[in-house]
Amino acid sequence: MEEIKNFTFSVYTENNVGILNRLSAIFLKRHINIESMTVSKSEIENVHRFTFVVNISEIQARKVVGQLEKQIEVIGAFYHTEDEIIYHETALFKISTEYLYDEHIQEKLKFRRAHIISITERYFVIEASGLKGDIDNMYEKLKPYKLLQFVRSGRIAITRPKMAISELLAEIN
Amino acid sequence: METLNKEVKEQNTSATVKMTGAEAVIKCLLEEGADLAYGYPGGAIMPVYDEIYKYREEFHHVLTRHEQGAIHAAQGFARVTGKPGIVFATSGPGATNLVTGIADAQIDSTPLVCVTGQVASHLLGSDAFQETDIIGISTPVTKWNYQITKASEIPEVFAKAFYIAKSGRPGPVLIDITKDAQFGEVDFSYKKCEKIRSYKATPKFDIEKIKEAATLINSAKKPFIVWGQGVIIGGAEQEFKNFIEKTDIPSASTVLGLSALETSHPLNVGMVGMHGNYAPNVLTNSCDVLIAIGMRFDDRVTGNLQTYAKQAKVIHFEIDPAEVDKNVKTDIAILGTVKETLAEIMQYVNKADHNVWMKEFDKLLQIEKDEVIYNQLNPTKPGLTMGEVLGGINKETNGDAVIVSDVGQHQMFACRYADFIKTRSSVTSGGLGTMGFALPASIGAKMGAPEREVIAIIGDGGYQMTCNELGTILQTKAAVKIIVLNNSYLGMVRQWQELFFDKRYASTEMVSPDFVKLAEAYDIEAQRVSKREDLADAIKTMIASKDAYFLEVVIEQEDNVFPMIPTGASVSDIRLS
Repeated sequence: MEEIKNFTFSVYTENNVGILNRLSAIFLKRHINIESMTVSKSEIENVHRFTFVVNISEIQARKVVGQLEKQIEVIGAFYHTEDEIIYHETALFKISTEYLYDEHIQEKLKFRRAHIISITERYFVIEASGLKGDIDNMYEKLKPYKLLQFVRSGRIAITRPKMAISELLAEIN
Repeated sequence: METLNKEVKEQNTSATVKMTGAEAVIKCLLEEGADLAYGYPGGAIMPVYDEIYKYREEFHHVLTRHEQGAIHAAQGFARVTGKPGIVFATSGPGATNLVTGIADAQIDSTPLVCVTGQVASHLLGSDAFQETDIIGISTPVTKWNYQITKASEIPEVFAKAFYIAKSGRPGPVLIDITKDAQFGEVDFSYKKCEKIRSYKATPKFDIEKIKEAATLINSAKKPFIVWGQGVIIGGAEQEFKNFIEKTDIPSASTVLGLSALETSHPLNVGMVGMHGNYAPNVLTNSCDVLIAIGMRFDDRVTGNLQTYAKQAKVIHFEIDPAEVDKNVKTDIAILGTVKETLAEIMQYVNKADHNVWMKEFDKLLQIEKDEVIYNQLNPTKPGLTMGEVLGGINKETNGDAVIVSDVGQHQMFACRYADFIKTRSSVTSGGLGTMGFALPASIGAKMGAPEREVIAIIGDGGYQMTCNELGTILQTKAAVKIIVLNNSYLGMVRQWQELFFDKRYASTEMVSPDFVKLAEAYDIEAQRVSKREDLADAIKTMIASKDAYFLEVVIEQEDNVFPMIPTGASVSDIRLS
């Protein structure tokens, strides 16, 4: 049995309606659960970038990337192991203002990538970013303060090796 | 179309004519050389049908009796011509009735352009009458799909659709057009699409890989080729033949590759797969170099992958990079069209003689003949066999017919026993195994190749899934010859029940209507044969008929298809009985 681990997929696509459906269907067909997903603009105008995180074997990852790449509106698809990327997630925590001056909470916010981004009479909002584990830690620390709301983003990732998508596009154009 | 529109608009400089979106649809098809469509009208596609009426001198529409019939007919047309089949359907149920055919075309790489009507754009998402999300539904089974909400998008989208359907590894595309886009106005000008920046239709071949493969082939003592439909789709039949003849390599076909090489060719050693021939299946596990050409190592071809050709070096000629190493790990992958790569490799391969190796195939063929084939073709038991019906067809047609088979035992008999002398002569639902495919597909095949004899071979089960299309034959006078091999069972399922479920025949016994009367009700000449002595004459009469003809052959009830590789077994453990 091949080792199951986290793979991050970067998929560069045209900016058209329905692509998300087409890409997610490829995971669905293979009964692969998507751990997280982010869609955004990319470094190239009018080209979108999807970042999927899934927990599968490398053989599966290679096959999935082949199917992603095959879609007409996909410009390029890549998969990366954890050590090939620099990645981040962001989370927002909404907490009642009664805890704002709690010494312990202040202590907990000392994590270097957490700060308060909004304070009102009733609540305040903490933003934290980091690796998945950092956010998990933060969540555990803040849970005792009756989280009014909690949300976290999918992973965004930049690869250490070059992805050469611009060259690919230049070649096609 | 945000990004792509810009790109296409730049190319579009020719003079324009104002027209409705619906008229533009027909114009686009005519621009692409498509003047025949199969379909079924309904509310959301009526503006297009109105144009079909106006253009009836130039553009022909075949009204089928169900949308599934329309799409299978379009598939039959596409398979014999290589051109995209065109399908029209309305929104909602019209569109969803296409889904089986779309999935079938996707897995068998058949080019189709399906056009569905959709509710007006302001009603999208309102659960309007006959609204369904056909884009969402068809996404996993189309090569590409697109919803048009403005008439101005029509020319660009159709140009793209045709390019995508036909190029590279072909496949079905679906265009969903809202009713307001059909009524809307467009400044029409048409430019064929030749490039899409995000789509690499055919990968460039790597000459080094070709040289590497040639070296391996030249050093092989027991090379073996398995070819698939890629040879036919790529129009590479001649290049393929040149290659195998120079290298003298025994070659076997997949189900979909049949007819790319004539059955009688000395290097044609038959068919691989679950009900393929004995020699090529067994010797897959003895060859030293396995050369796969335009095929995708379907599980019905490979049997148990853990024991498939493990001793062999594998060379894979393939157009679709996603197929390489998908099921079988290759040693050398040669991407590109087989027409190009097979032509290219010719200068590097040596003329060879594999006579000794070929004798191993002959020896095993003799075993199969003695234990299976002879009895099928010359049975002594009273009941008629499917094999002897195919033998009878071969005698009458000399292999010069298009055989359209449905799905089940009769399909395997057709694939095993039909003789072929021309390419594009075997049309069947391979990957999806769609019962009900053959009757409508034979209508499309006959329209695509009117000069050829088209014979549909169907079981009593599959026939009743789409026999409503007899109405289409009645109306169009398509001269297809229909043979129903009737064993009063869903034969293939019954065979599995016999072999693997202790003969518990759950829901496989089938009571059928009087098929002869049914055909006659549609004004199709028909007869039923149940005795051996009547078979040859019946086939002769059928072939001699200038019109459509229906022949029911009552078959031995519990006959089985052998050889057989049971599920999970190795190709070399193929059973002869």
